[in-house]
Amino acid sequence: MKALKSTRATGDVYIRDPLSKRFKKDWKKNKGLYFLFIPVLAYYLLFQYGPMAGLLIAFQNYKPIKGIFGSKWVGLKNFKDFFESYYFWRVLRNTLRISITNLIFSFPMPIILALLINELRTKHFKKAVQTITYLPHFISLVVIMSMLSDLTSRNGAITQFLAHFGFTPTTMLQEQKYFLPLYIISGIWQNIGWNSIIYLSAIVGIDAQLYEAAKIDGAGKLRQLFSVTIPCLLPTIIIMFILQMGKMFNVGHEKILLMYNPLTYEVADVINTYVYSQGLVNMNWSYSAAVGMFNSVVSFLLVWGTNKFSKKLSGSSLW
Amino acid sequence: MKERNKNGKTGRVRYTTGEQVMHVINVVLCTLLSLAVLLPILNILFGAFSDPYEVMKHSGLFLYPVKPTFYNFSLVFQNPSILTGYLNTIFVVVVGTALNVLLSLIGAYVLSRKGAMLVKFFTLMIVFTMYFQGGIIPSYLIVESLGLINSRWALILPGAISTFNMIVMRTAMAQVPDSLPESAMIDGAKHHQVLFLIMTPLCKATVAVIVLYYAVAHWNSWFPAFLYLRDKSKYPLQLILRQILFQDETNSMAAESLALSSEAVKYATIVVATVPILLVYPFLQRYFVKGVMIGAVKE
Repeated sequence: MKALKSTRATGDVYIRDPLSKRFKKDWKKNKGLYFLFIPVLAYYLLFQYGPMAGLLIAFQNYKPIKGIFGSKWVGLKNFKDFFESYYFWRVLRNTLRISITNLIFSFPMPIILALLINELRTKHFKKAVQTITYLPHFISLVVIMSMLSDLTSRNGAITQFLAHFGFTPTTMLQEQKYFLPLYIISGIWQNIGWNSIIYLSAIVGIDAQLYEAAKIDGAGKLRQLFSVTIPCLLPTIIIMFILQMGKMFNVGHEKILLMYNPLTYEVADVINTYVYSQGLVNMNWSYSAAVGMFNSVVSFLLVWGTNKFSKKLSGSSLW
Repeated sequence: MKERNKNGKTGRVRYTTGEQVMHVINVVLCTLLSLAVLLPILNILFGAFSDPYEVMKHSGLFLYPVKPTFYNFSLVFQNPSILTGYLNTIFVVVVGTALNVLLSLIGAYVLSRKGAMLVKFFTLMIVFTMYFQGGIIPSYLIVESLGLINSRWALILPGAISTFNMIVMRTAMAQVPDSLPESAMIDGAKHHQVLFLIMTPLCKATVAVIVLYYAVAHWNSWFPAFLYLRDKSKYPLQLILRQILFQDETNSMAAESLALSSEAVKYATIVVATVPILLVYPFLQRYFVKGVMIGAVKE
């Protein structure tokens, strides 16, 4: 239809070739390009789409000896087992508790830091604050988690500092009640600077005329912040929020595996660590694949849903 | 240097009292945050250079090295697994990053050619993997079926491309005017020549960015090694570090562990494993930051 309309509009007698002919022409012209792409395509097929196909074992009673073609199909049994198990509520509760706390406390921090840095007047001080706060992003999780356990041990600097305020010194990582705060605070410590870069560059990109106009209208610094800077930042904030929502069910296992211990499993075991321990420690391949698939599907629906919602509401979207 | 007004004229800016108060609060907040970030890092550094006995007695943060000594480092380097860990990490960083960058360049180049029919399909196929993954169990089974268990290649191949980094690269290549590759093609250049002789040199700043991202990720990675490797002789530094710091294996290292497990030696081990990255970081900060900004640019 479209092609027809444009033909009429321009008065050309151009008629589109059929798909097969166009494809042949394209192949002839871009053969070299497609050959070049083979290794990349192979990577995605093997290591990205391969595991997606591998999710089929979630509907099986997979035995490594029999392979994916010889194992028995069991339908939704593994999913049912998961939803009915005691661990379903435990890992779901822990995952959501960590994500939501993260969204409330960690998400706004880089935005605030970016606003603060932007208002600093001395160039060198600004640069120093940036350099220092970006630093932890480059330190490995293994090191950061060992620093954390060192600082919060019975004699650790943080524990001793808190003791001045009537805190009873304990090994904090062995107590369930401290797990969440320590998880969140160490996360902020590591990421606040790095995550602020994106907001900072958005602030730098704001048209200076907007500030001029605000000033002429008599707006002070604070007023400019709320009437110019923050509204201009909103699209970036929304995009980051959508991405964060998509990760709601995806609390990473790497950090928690380094951080939890049998005493804190009850509050620290999340979907991803559960998948790891069921699959790779207990070798319940199919069951853990089902749990992982549940996680992937819900995560995807969440990004898709939030994206759609935000597109309708504010016009900002990922795609 | 004089303050610059928003309209570009230089001159003294007048601040109201309220603005001055806000400014002071801002400076104080930024200073406190910087200290909160810096002190735990300096604590490790100063602890590593302090006398081990002092470290044992000490409580609170180290603000300077107590009875400075290099003794802790001499113990660290006596540990053979640190040296093999270093070598393994260097292998993975060098070979892994080279493969990462090569594949990302190819992918980015193809995805930035808008004329070809399949490119849209490829883009969709690749971006989809950013939002939906098979997860670690099926990935493990794939690596296993390829016979990569207990091979260093298991640390390199499954993560051979980071989609994010490739998209960053593609964004940069899409900004090169089409006339450049096109005129080269008319002169008879093939796609691989255009990619490596024209596009790559033109985008070298972005290439630097993704080289750094990949290299840092390899240097700091521990989980794939934990998952796929069995022989300790193949462990990268981070996994060795994890064993030392979290004292996983009290059995095999019992004899050494007396000397090696002292707090001060742990600090020194962290310094040895982290310093290479922290040393290059300030010089390359510009590039790191640039990557985030390119990545933020939408379609």
